[in-house]
Amino acid sequence: MPKEDVPMVDLYRQMARARNFERALAELWRRGLISGEMHLGMGEEAVAAGVVCHLREGDAISLDHRSTPPLVVRGVDLEALVLEMLGDPEGLCGGWGGHMHLFSREHLACSSGIVGSSAPLGLGFALCFQYLETGGVAVAFFGEGAMNQGMLLEAMNLAVAWRLPLVFVCKDNRWAITTRSRDVTGGSLLSRARSFGMPAQRVDGTRVDRVWKAARRAVERARRGKGPSFLLARCPRPEGHFMGDPMLRVFRDPLGQTLEIAPPLLRSFLARPLSQLTLRVRSLGVIGASLGLLGMERLLEPDPLEKSGRLLDPAVRSRIDEEARREVEEAVKRTLERRVSHA
Amino acid sequence: MPEMTYAQAIDFALGQAMAEDPRIVIFGEDVVMLRRELYVRFGPRRVRNTPISEAAFLAMGVGAAMAGLRPVVEIMMVDFIAVALDALLNQATKVRAFSGGRWNVPLVIRASCGGGYGDGGQHMQCLWGLLSSMPGLWVAVPSNPQDAAALMLSCLRTEDPVIFMEHKLLSDYWRDYLGGESRGTVAFDVPERGRVGQVELPLQPLPPGKGVVMKEGGDLTMVSLGVGAHRCLEAAELLAARGIRAEVVDLRWAKPLDAELIASSVEKTGRLLVVDEDYTGYGLSGEVAALLAERGVKLAFGRVGTDGVIPYDIRRENQTLPNAERIKRAALALMEQQEGRAGGTVTR
Repeated sequence: MPKEDVPMVDLYRQMARARNFERALAELWRRGLISGEMHLGMGEEAVAAGVVCHLREGDAISLDHRSTPPLVVRGVDLEALVLEMLGDPEGLCGGWGGHMHLFSREHLACSSGIVGSSAPLGLGFALCFQYLETGGVAVAFFGEGAMNQGMLLEAMNLAVAWRLPLVFVCKDNRWAITTRSRDVTGGSLLSRARSFGMPAQRVDGTRVDRVWKAARRAVERARRGKGPSFLLARCPRPEGHFMGDPMLRVFRDPLGQTLEIAPPLLRSFLARPLSQLTLRVRSLGVIGASLGLLGMERLLEPDPLEKSGRLLDPAVRSRIDEEARREVEEAVKRTLERRVSHA
Repeated sequence: MPEMTYAQAIDFALGQAMAEDPRIVIFGEDVVMLRRELYVRFGPRRVRNTPISEAAFLAMGVGAAMAGLRPVVEIMMVDFIAVALDALLNQATKVRAFSGGRWNVPLVIRASCGGGYGDGGQHMQCLWGLLSSMPGLWVAVPSNPQDAAALMLSCLRTEDPVIFMEHKLLSDYWRDYLGGESRGTVAFDVPERGRVGQVELPLQPLPPGKGVVMKEGGDLTMVSLGVGAHRCLEAAELLAARGIRAEVVDLRWAKPLDAELIASSVEKTGRLLVVDEDYTGYGLSGEVAALLAERGVKLAFGRVGTDGVIPYDIRRENQTLPNAERIKRAALALMEQQEGRAGGTVTR
C-alpha cells in the first residue's frame, strides 16, 4: 500500500476525470463531431496525474499528440477543450489548433504532433525559468517512439549540459504507430537516458502512487537547480495509435476486417513474377501476427484506473468515479448546447 | 485496362518496378503495415520499418542511393520532412554538383500531402513550393490513378532525387487510416476521377516536367495539380454554366514546370489562373507568373492558393484551401480584365 503522504484521492480523481474525458472524446469522434485523426490518451492517466499534480503556477508542460490527459489534470477548462475539438471559435485555441495542437498560454502548456518536438520545446521553457530564476520547472511528455528522434536526444544532452530544470517523461506503450518499438530500437531506454548524465528511473505507469513518488523526486531536483531527470513509465495504449488504427479494427471485427484485408494480400502473394515461396509465406505470417498482437496485448495489459483504483476504499472510489463521470458528461452536454445555440 | 484506386496504382507501379530491379528497397515509418502487399511479395529485406527518425533514415536513403541502391524512402506526411530537411537541402541535392557531375543520387521520396479532412495545420500541408525551391530536386504530384502509377515509374527511372507526393484525399487507405472511412459519420469531398480509374497496361512512365490539358477552352487557362486540378474541373463546370470556357491544365509536376504548355495555353486565352493547394506566397503560382513574364507572354493573372496556417476547424479549412467556388470567383474577376492589362488579382 502507498505511504500516507501520497494524495491518493486527489490523484485518482484526476485519473478518473482524464479517463472520462478521453471516453467523451472517443464518442464525439465516432459521431463525426471531431474531424481528422484522434490519438486518445487512454491508458496514460496515471502518468498524467502522477506527474502534473506536482506542478505549480509558473511551471510548464510540453505535450505530444496525446495531450488531453495532462491538460485535464492541469485544470484546463473542459468546455474550452471540447469546443476546440469541435473546431468552435470559442474553443481553447479558437478552433485553429485541434486535438494535436492544443495551447493554453495561461497554463504554459503547449503541444505538437511532430514526434519528439515536445522535448526541445520544453527545453526552451526550462531555459527561460533558469534565466529569470523563477523557480519554475518544465515537463516534456513523449512516447518511447520519440526516443529515436534526434532532436529529443539532443535536448537531453543540452538539458544536462546546461543543468536545465526539465523533467523528461517517456510514456512507454511499446508501439511506435503500428511498429513494435523493440524491433526498431537499440539498447535500453533507461541506460540511454542515463548515459547523458542524468538520473533515470523506471516506474510502473499504471500505478499512480509510484509515478507520483518518482515524479516528486524529479520535479524537486529540477526546482533545486540540479538539472533534468528522466522517467520511463510503462503504460498501455488500449485504443491503438489513433481511432482509425487498422490493427485495432482487426481485433474488434476480425471477420469483417479480414474480408477486407485478405484479398489484396492474397493477390499480392500470387503476383507474378512469383518471388520465393518461403519468403512470401513468412512475410504473410508476420503481417498476420502483427495484426493479432496488438489485440492480444490489449487483453493482457492492466488498466491504470483498475490498478490504481484498487489502492482506494471501494466506496470512495465509486463515489469519485461517479463524480468524474458526471462532471465530464455535464461539461460535454453544456458544450454541445452552447454550440447549438450559437450555430 | 484494369481499374485501380489511386493508392493501388502507386503500389502496382512499385511492385512492377521492384520485380524488375532488385536495387529498389522501401523504408520508412510503418511501411510493413502500410505497404503490406509489397511486404508479402518482396519480404523484410526490401520493405523495412524504420524508427521515428526522419533525419537519419532520409539521409540513409541518400547514402544508400549513392552506394548503388534505389531507395524509396517514405515520409509518412510531408509535414514531417521538416525534421529531415538537411538530408534534402544540403545532402541529396548537392551531391551531383559537388562531385562535378560524377556522382548522382537516384532517391525517390514518397510522401503523403494535402488536406480536406480536418487535421490542422501541422499535418495537411502540401509544401511542394518549399521543396521545389531546392535546386536539384524534382517534385511529382499526380492527380489520378493512371498518372500516379506512371509518375511513380518515372520517379523510379530518374537518376536524381525526386519526391513523389500522394494526396491523402485521393488515397483510400489514407482516408481510412485518418479516421474517415472507418466511421460512417463523416464525408470528405473526394474527386471521383482522382480516387479511382483505369490504368493502362503495360505501364509507361511519363516524361518529367510534362503536364496535360484536362479540358480545353478558349476564355481562360486554369493551371493546377493534385486535388487542385479536380477543383479546377469543378469550377470549369460552374463557369460553363455562365458561358465561359475554361481550359484546365494539370501540371503533374511542381518541378520541372511545364512552361511550354502553360505559355501555349495562355497565348490562346490571354488569362491565367493558378490554383495551388500549397501556400500562395513564394511558391508555385509566383514561379509560373515569373516564367511567363520572362517569356514576354502578355496576360491577365490571378491565383487561388492557401493563405496562412490551415485552420483545424473543417469549415474554415474548406474556405482556406482552394475550392470550386473560390476558383469560380477568381476566374470571373479575371474575365473582367483586359487581356495583358497590368496588375492581376489575388483572391483571399
